[in-house]
Amino acid sequence: MTGTFVGMPTFPRAARAALGNTQLRHNLAHATGTIRAKRQRLVDEVNATSDWEALRVAGTAVKESALRSLADRLEQLESALVANGATVHWARDAAEANAIVTSVVQRHRADEVVKVKSMLTQEIGLNEALAAAGVAAWETDLAELIVQLGDDLPSHILVPAIHRNRAEIREIFLAEMARVGRPAPPELTDEPAVLAAAARAHLREKFLRARVGISGANFAVADTGTLVVVESEGNGRMCLTLPDVLISVVGIEKIVPTWSDLDPLLRLLPRSSTGERMNPYTSTWSGVTPGDGPQEVHVVLLDNGRTRALADEVGRQALRCIRCSACLNVCPVYERTGGHAYGSVYPGPIGAILNPLLRGVGHDEQIDSLPYASSLCGACFEVCPVRIDIPSVLVDQRVQVVDARRDSLPRLMSRPGHVAESLAVKSVAVPLSRPRLLATVERLTGVGLALARRFGARRWTSARDLPVAPDESFRAWWRRTDGGRR
Amino acid sequence: MRIALMITCINDALYPGTGQAVVRLLRRLGVDIEFPEGQTCCSQPMVNTGYLDEAVPLVRNFVEVFGGFDAVVTPSGSCVGCVRHQHSLVARRSGDALLAAAVADTSPKVYELSEFLLDVLGVVDVGAYYPHRVTYHPTCHSLRMLGVGDRPRRLLEAVRGLTLVDLPGAEECCGFGGTFAVKNADTSIAMGTDKVRHIRESGAEIVVAGDNSCLTHIGGLMSRQRAGVRAVHLAEILASTSERVDAP
Repeated sequence: MTGTFVGMPTFPRAARAALGNTQLRHNLAHATGTIRAKRQRLVDEVNATSDWEALRVAGTAVKESALRSLADRLEQLESALVANGATVHWARDAAEANAIVTSVVQRHRADEVVKVKSMLTQEIGLNEALAAAGVAAWETDLAELIVQLGDDLPSHILVPAIHRNRAEIREIFLAEMARVGRPAPPELTDEPAVLAAAARAHLREKFLRARVGISGANFAVADTGTLVVVESEGNGRMCLTLPDVLISVVGIEKIVPTWSDLDPLLRLLPRSSTGERMNPYTSTWSGVTPGDGPQEVHVVLLDNGRTRALADEVGRQALRCIRCSACLNVCPVYERTGGHAYGSVYPGPIGAILNPLLRGVGHDEQIDSLPYASSLCGACFEVCPVRIDIPSVLVDQRVQVVDARRDSLPRLMSRPGHVAESLAVKSVAVPLSRPRLLATVERLTGVGLALARRFGARRWTSARDLPVAPDESFRAWWRRTDGGRR
Repeated sequence: MRIALMITCINDALYPGTGQAVVRLLRRLGVDIEFPEGQTCCSQPMVNTGYLDEAVPLVRNFVEVFGGFDAVVTPSGSCVGCVRHQHSLVARRSGDALLAAAVADTSPKVYELSEFLLDVLGVVDVGAYYPHRVTYHPTCHSLRMLGVGDRPRRLLEAVRGLTLVDLPGAEECCGFGGTFAVKNADTSIAMGTDKVRHIRESGAEIVVAGDNSCLTHIGGLMSRQRAGVRAVHLAEILASTSERVDAP
């Protein structure tokens, strides 16, 4: 990624623009529909012989037990890693993590690194930090390569270039590959196999040349000191095995207590994310293996808001997330707006809770708009392999947004929209808590609807007719007719 | 057994016909339903927009009004969802242990209409007649918060004269989502437009659901698009007989 999400507009504004992108709408409807169907077939398959729900419960229990004893597990992980010959670094935030990685790269006088697809290094803007230090970071996942070459932003956790079609990818390859390495062949077509072959040839040079590899991790096993990367293309394995030096930046919530705890998670993840029984490549490494693979192994354990999320009673369950994207693929909002509207590397329902949890609410309009970017339909909770109750967390985050505004009235006065909303809710809540007042208010409903029709409620009526107000309310009818008896 | 009708604020103000249909339907089934006039709103709009303090007096009023009944029935899945899953949050926020106890006592007695008919009364064939081609939209909160499952479909399948046709993508949200419909109006409309397209593809003349809030959104879009399909609440279909067809 070379672009940045900094300064993105709030969700409703960004969504409005995205909804007008017909190519995006078509790509997303097709891609999410296909992957939803694949996932469902595999869930049905598990249910035919076993129990998907039991598997979800088992996966949830693993992540919960790790989070409940996080401090102990992290120290256990550190000891195991050090015993296995790795160097462990601790980073509080993005700046610290980026500085650690940059200094290791610079110590080896490397001017380029190859990267395994990693959400966390995007979250902290590692590529930009390395670029500022004169180090080129090459994304090697096919979709990340497309995003990077196109000077673009990722729009999906699993398939970051989901918003691009193959004609666009061909153009990007033809225009950009030559600038950073082996050019695309001039006879390049937009056939997927041809595009993949061009990427393969382009990347192969970088794999063979780079002396430093950078990865994240899907899981970190505390008792064995093992990091795990799950992928589809094999590029990750190249980055994890060919360079002399390997640096892995790992969020502290990635921990699982034991090797056998990987069992339910490695069954849940591919089925939920790519709709496969098993992902093509699962790489595991436990520190340094003499004479085999990288001989200098660094692990940067990063907080960057995770302890803040852990302190949130309702929201902490979001730290169970294994980044499968099932919630994105099933979300009716994401399917129509795409990922960029969420203004973060974490889009969709999980992004709508994770970004506010990691960064806090009440200081940034864009973040505060995310918990509202949902109709609370609950489809995300239904598919989440680790049972994150996203709708409940969304509502709780909304409460925190409103509470933050309660505490900052002066600043609020500069935001007339928030004042209007707060007054509207209060003006409705008062009569609704006093039934006698409500009867009076209801007589005004007809007038209110008429006024709304005449003067606005524009956001409702731009595409929807208002219902015709009845002559009398139900309670007036009940009183007049004694509940229909006269 | 004392049974109360919880009309919901939207039905009270905008859809009295739905409430009247519930009353007629339940009387026909031998249930003498009461309408406690102190009732107002379940507090869902406040809770789902994040205004928890403002929801406290509404929940207090709710348990005062309905606490004494053996069962409460309402023609709204999402309002029951709020009562069952969110009233406890509001009570906890209030810090009032008595309110929390009253909520724990009252919430389990509140039923969505199709739950009440099948689980409490044990009827599937309510003796209705409705000579129309109908498709059923399972609203998100009845489907996923309450888990009403196929109850509404079973009730509809037993209605004489009614042809039930499948709705493509039935379980996908219509895009209403309470204040989502105005806070994120563009996305809401995009979702609703796809829902309407599916409704038209089904070939139905009527789309039925158990929640008038979703139907206000879907119906408002269909009306604007002159779609030639109408939105009707489940209660009005179940209340219809050969003597009197509601919402014809």
